[in-house]
Amino acid sequence: MDVYLPIANLSVNGLIIVGLGALTGLLSGMFGVGGGFLTTPLMIFYGIPPTVAAASAASQVTGASVSGVFAHTRRGGVDYQMGAVMVAGGIVGTGLGALLFNLLEQLGQIDTVINILYVALLGSIGGLMARESIQSIRAERSGIPLPARKRRHHPMVASLPMRWRFYRSGLYISPLAPLILGMATGVLTMLMGIGGGFILVPAMLYILGMSANVVVGTSLFQILFVTMATTMMHALTTRAVDIVLASLLLLGSVTGAQVGAQFAQKASPVKLRLILAVIVLLVAGRMALGLGYRPDEIYTVAPL
Amino acid sequence: MRGIGASLVALLALLLLTGARDPILVPEVSQHEVNLQQGFTGTELLLFGAILTPEGARAAQDYDIIVVLKGPTQSVVLREKQKVAGVWINVASTELRSAPSYFAIASSKPIDRIVDDKTAAIYELGLKWLQLSPIGAIDPEEQQRFSAGLVELNRRNGLYREEEGGVKVSEQVLYQARIGLPSRVPTGIYTAETYAVYKGRVVASASSQVEVRKLGIERAIANFAENYGFAYGLLAVFVSVGMGWLAGRLFALI
Repeated sequence: MDVYLPIANLSVNGLIIVGLGALTGLLSGMFGVGGGFLTTPLMIFYGIPPTVAAASAASQVTGASVSGVFAHTRRGGVDYQMGAVMVAGGIVGTGLGALLFNLLEQLGQIDTVINILYVALLGSIGGLMARESIQSIRAERSGIPLPARKRRHHPMVASLPMRWRFYRSGLYISPLAPLILGMATGVLTMLMGIGGGFILVPAMLYILGMSANVVVGTSLFQILFVTMATTMMHALTTRAVDIVLASLLLLGSVTGAQVGAQFAQKASPVKLRLILAVIVLLVAGRMALGLGYRPDEIYTVAPL
Repeated sequence: MRGIGASLVALLALLLLTGARDPILVPEVSQHEVNLQQGFTGTELLLFGAILTPEGARAAQDYDIIVVLKGPTQSVVLREKQKVAGVWINVASTELRSAPSYFAIASSKPIDRIVDDKTAAIYELGLKWLQLSPIGAIDPEEQQRFSAGLVELNRRNGLYREEEGGVKVSEQVLYQARIGLPSRVPTGIYTAETYAVYKGRVVASASSQVEVRKLGIERAIANFAENYGFAYGLLAVFVSVGMGWLAGRLFALI
C-alpha cells in the first residue's frame, strides 16, 4: 500500500508505517511509556527526513497517551495539581526547545546533539532499568525480598524555596521542582520527538518522591498536554508535521496501545521492565554506533 | 564530358554543404506535468524526438545525442562529518548557491567518448561538471571533495542519475531516452535539454519543460501546513486526540 506523504515529500509503504506505530503502541500500552524514543529513530532509518520524523512522532505519542489518561482518571490515578504544574513547565520547555532547535540547526549540530542525547539518556535509563529488574528477578528466585525503597524526595528538592501541598502525591514540596522537571521533558520532546515518559516516571518516583499510584497517570497527563504543545510548536515553527504520516502512525499505535494494555495485565511487571530495558539499550547501542563507528551519511544537505 | 564533370563537382559541393549544415532537433516529453499525489511512487519520463535537416528531411548522419533533465536549483548548506575525539560530528561546511534539486543525464555513448572535457564542462554534461557556485573563497581541492559528496549523496537518493547508453537513436532520425523520477522528487519547473553532438561539437540543442507539482489533497495539505500553521497544528492535535479516544472507546466495547 503506497502512500504519498505531502510534507515529507516522498512515498512510503503505508503498512510499514502502521506496523511501526503498532509496535510502539504495544510498548506504550505494556510499559506506560510513549514509545516516541523508538518511532523517531526507526522512521529516520526508514528514510523519512529527521525533522519530519521528530515533528510527527509527537502527535503519535499524544494519541497513545489519551486512552491511558482516561483509564487512570477513572481510578483516581492523576494528581491534577502536580500535573498542571508540570504541564506549565512543559509548555515553557517546548518554547525553549524550539529556540534551541533553531540555534542548533543554524550551527549544523542538531543531528549530533540529538544522537548524543539519545545515547546518553537511553543508555543510562536503560542500564538502570536493566539492573533494577535483574535484581528483582534474582530476589524473586532466591526468595529473599529486596529491602523496600524509602519514599522520599531528593535533598536538592527540599532545598528549593516556597512549598505547596500536593495531596494526591502525598508531598509537601516546592512547585519549582516539578516545574523544572516538566520544562526539561518539554525541551526533550521538542528536540527528540519523544514523550519523555521513560525519564519522567523514574524522576517522579526517585527525585520528587511521589506516591507510586499516581506516578504513571500523572506522567501520562503531562505527556498528553506537552506533546500537544509540541505538535503546535512544530506546526508553527518547523512546519514539519506530516498529518498523513501522523495518522498512519496513530492508526497503528492506538490499536497497539490497547492490545499492549491487555497484555500487560497478564505478564509479570518485572519481566516487562527487563524487556523494555533491553529494547531501550538496543536503540541506544544503534545510535552510539552511528556516532562513534561510522555515520549513515557523511554529507548532509540543508536548504539555505 | 565537361558538363557532366562540372555538375558532379556541384553535386558533391551541395552534399558537403548540406552535410555541414547544422541539424535541428524536435524534442518531446511523454508528459509535461508530473503530479505528486496518492499512489505516486515515482515515474519514468520518456524524452524523445527527431533529428532533422533544416528542410525537415532525415538528417541521415550519425549524431550523438545527450539528454539532460534538470530540476530547479536551490541554495543549500552542505555539511561534512568528521571524526573528532571519537565522535562523528559536522565539522566542515560549504554553501552552494545553485545545487540542482534533481539532475539526470543520458547519452547515446559514454560522455567522454562524445565530447572533450572542456565542452562537457561548458554544457554541464555529467555529474562531475555540475556548476554548484560555492559562496566565498574555497580551494579547488576542497570544492571537489564537497561536490563529490553531494553527488554521491543524491545519487543514492535517486535524485542524481547518469545513464551512459541510455539514449537510443534509431534510423539516424529518432532518439529516445527513459529517465526515472523517484517518489522524493522535489516540486518545480524542470528543463529537459537535448544536445546533438557531431565530431565532438555540439551542433544543435533544444529544450522543453516539465512541471512537477503536488495536486489535489496533497497540495491542499502542503499549502495548509505552510500558510495556516496554527490551524494545521490544531487539526493534527485534534486528529491524534480523537483517534486515541476512539480506539479506547472501541476496545472498551470488546
